Amino acid sequence: MIRRLLPHPLLTPVLALIWILLVNHFSLGHLVLGLVLGWAIPLFTLRFWPQETPIHRPLVLVRFVVVVLYDILVANLVVARLILGRPRRLNPVFVALPLDVTSDLAISLLANTITLTPGTVSAELSPDRRQLLVHALSADDPEALAHHIKVRYERPLKEIFEP
Amino acid sequence: MLEYLLAFLIVAGGVFTFIGSLGLARLRDFYTRLHGPTKATTLGVGCILIASAAYFSRLQGEPSLHEVLVTLFLFITAPVSAHLLAKAALHLELPSLTPRPGERDAPQE
Repeated sequence: MIRRLLPHPLLTPVLALIWILLVNHFSLGHLVLGLVLGWAIPLFTLRFWPQETPIHRPLVLVRFVVVVLYDILVANLVVARLILGRPRRLNPVFVALPLDVTSDLAISLLANTITLTPGTVSAELSPDRRQLLVHALSADDPEALAHHIKVRYERPLKEIFEP
Repeated sequence: MLEYLLAFLIVAGGVFTFIGSLGLARLRDFYTRLHGPTKATTLGVGCILIASAAYFSRLQGEPSLHEVLVTLFLFITAPVSAHLLAKAALHLELPSLTPRPGERDAPQE
């Protein structure tokens, strides 16, 4: 019963929070309206979210977000330096990254993270979903880069969503 | 004091956004050009949004946080569009500075 009324329990508070941010003004009325929206929207969009997305290790998720934000900051400085430096000396390369994570959410989060972080853009997921093609702006050692991505981003994602 | 900080943030944001766009002109193939707009601009827009949030929070006397949402949506959408552009480029076999994965083995060996 509760499952059917609240198919995604986490989505409700998140949507309520987004509603309050959108209104940009906190009041009890908006909180209630946000909670109602947060309850109704998942029900109407249930078909887009067929699986439940369990978060097994919330603390790891928090640490992961902090790490990624820090890396985004660094990524910007690194890419800015590469652009202002000598483009001819760049050494761009395609790296095939074998995937250990299997769920939709984990793969898409990993791909987004890769694109936001230093000098890499995720380019294509292989049809069997086992391999992600990554384009690096400048990498001297593609294997070290793949290893870095696996340890720094994929391992925490796997812990969070697929223990 | 706050004014100087905000001015610094806005100028820094402008500089980073500009560098990101400059990447489009300076880099030499489609795939490397993708890197400029997806990264250098996120920090640029981030700086401007922090400045906006701080300024309007002070002006209105209550926290103005819907800039957080802009950041969130930007972080969700920028990588997706970059991914689709890269995928389309691979599909169309646009010329690349580095061998594309399909042709990696063929010409060299």
